[in-house]
Amino acid sequence: MDRLSTNQRAAILSFIILIAGLLIWEAAIPGQKAATELTEYERLTGGGAPKAGVPPPSQVMQKAWEQLSNPFYDAGPNDKGIGIQIAYSLYRVLTGYFLAALVAIPIGFLIGMSPVAYKALNPFIQVLRPISPLAWMPLALFIIQDSNASAIFVIFICSIWPMLINTAFGVAGVRSDWVNVARTHELGALKTALTVILPAAAPTIVTGMRISIGIAWLVIVAAEMLVGGTGIGYYVWNEWNNLDLTSVIFSILMIGVVGMALDAAFGRLQRAVAYAE
Amino acid sequence: MSNAFLSIENLTQRFPAGKGESLTVFENASFGIEKGEFVCILGHSGCGKSTIMNILAGLAEPTSGAVLMDGKEVSGPSLDRGVVFQNYSLLPWLSALKNVTFGVAARYPEWSRSKVVEHSTQYLAMVGLEGDTIHRKPAQLSGGMRQRVSIARAFANHPKLLLLDEPFGALDALTRGTIQDELLKIWSGTSQTVFMITHDIDEAILLADRILLMTNGPYARVAESVEITIPRPRKRDQIIDHPNYYAIRNHLVHFLATRSKELAGQQTGSDSNTPQTVRIDLVEETKGDESDDPRHGAHLRAVNE
Repeated sequence: MDRLSTNQRAAILSFIILIAGLLIWEAAIPGQKAATELTEYERLTGGGAPKAGVPPPSQVMQKAWEQLSNPFYDAGPNDKGIGIQIAYSLYRVLTGYFLAALVAIPIGFLIGMSPVAYKALNPFIQVLRPISPLAWMPLALFIIQDSNASAIFVIFICSIWPMLINTAFGVAGVRSDWVNVARTHELGALKTALTVILPAAAPTIVTGMRISIGIAWLVIVAAEMLVGGTGIGYYVWNEWNNLDLTSVIFSILMIGVVGMALDAAFGRLQRAVAYAE
Repeated sequence: MSNAFLSIENLTQRFPAGKGESLTVFENASFGIEKGEFVCILGHSGCGKSTIMNILAGLAEPTSGAVLMDGKEVSGPSLDRGVVFQNYSLLPWLSALKNVTFGVAARYPEWSRSKVVEHSTQYLAMVGLEGDTIHRKPAQLSGGMRQRVSIARAFANHPKLLLLDEPFGALDALTRGTIQDELLKIWSGTSQTVFMITHDIDEAILLADRILLMTNGPYARVAESVEITIPRPRKRDQIIDHPNYYAIRNHLVHFLATRSKELAGQQTGSDSNTPQTVRIDLVEETKGDESDDPRHGAHLRAVNE
């Protein structure tokens, strides 16, 4: 018999872990007692009301099926399909993220090319970078006076640093030989930046972009819990207020799946710009 | 000398060495290169060969002195001066072909895309790279192939002056031999002016019309200009039988082993350190005297021009 490839064996193991995990979860939820077994006293004191326990995976899967079979329904402000909620979150993340890229990559280029700019801007970066993005929220809400725009601003401010620092690092690390090739071919500054420095620094820049999108997706959930209205973060919190833990677990899983998809997209981009020296 | 195609005049390079002191790598170096000439420069590490190369390429500025090409002063890099770097300096994200078209498109911006590709392919074929190989990335090529691409890129641009900075330094001896032959072949077809740094005496004799010898630094200077009196076309297995070969080789070895040290830091007395021209030609000499041992008198025939 042919031995299975590493990938096949890994897939089988993953599947076994999944099934085992779900079975343990299912078994760990104690079965609800049937109402008929309750004594009269228990019925009178309300002890017979089913406790709001953690739902078993079977219920979560049922919920997932319901939600995913109709992801874009809109039945009022507090009852929208999961697809609509995720779309809102993605819209905020991508808007904030691309605004950040527009700022971070050119400034990163500047910092990477000019030691003076690096030294001048470094103290600001070092102070601003460790600030939790949510700490900006009150200030953003006060200045912008719009909760949606504030959420986008928070994404912007948290996405900017990894891209800025990685771009600067990548640009500063471009081998002088390659820059010399550009110089001996009389390329202008812009052409050198686009045809030599950008492709040379691209793997580092895209790594920064990948880190940023991961952080942005982490932050959006918390930001939407604060600003409310729409989005996957708001959805989680709203379902918690409804004590609908099945939906909470389902939406947590969806956050993970979307985050994975975003990361995979940037992983693909990273492979596209990678080169071997 | 000042009428030469390339004329290096009173070139001096000093680097700051801390505490306000400075290190003079070379001082008042002057020499010329004629059009179509293949000139090698030999010298120990630290004598400033690479610095001279970088100044000629326009990648570095001399402390004082000037480089004139075609009567015009050289300042900054230019497509008129092509460079082949020791570490190939290919752009690793481009295929071999794209690395060449990159240069050709910069040199001839008015050319159509297909003409650029055709021209580049032709030059890659001249160095023995054809077929699928030219679509590979540098990382998928051997060291020798990479250096071939680099040479093709330089020649395809038809620079007025080609600068080779130890182009075979990182290659094994056998590959080096093959590429030297290819370099000779491509050079003889174009009559390109070439200035090359090397550490390899045999390589210099095989390739060069003239070898410039540098004394050790600091205060290095180009002390001698040795003419290679071996007719072309040269083949590596034939030139070693030429009567001038060992005479020239011994002269070079003597220079590098002992005289480069003795002459280090010495001034010639004149302001301009023009190299002494050395011509060793035992073929002419032995026409009258067959018994003369070619290994004698190698550097006795130094003549000052």
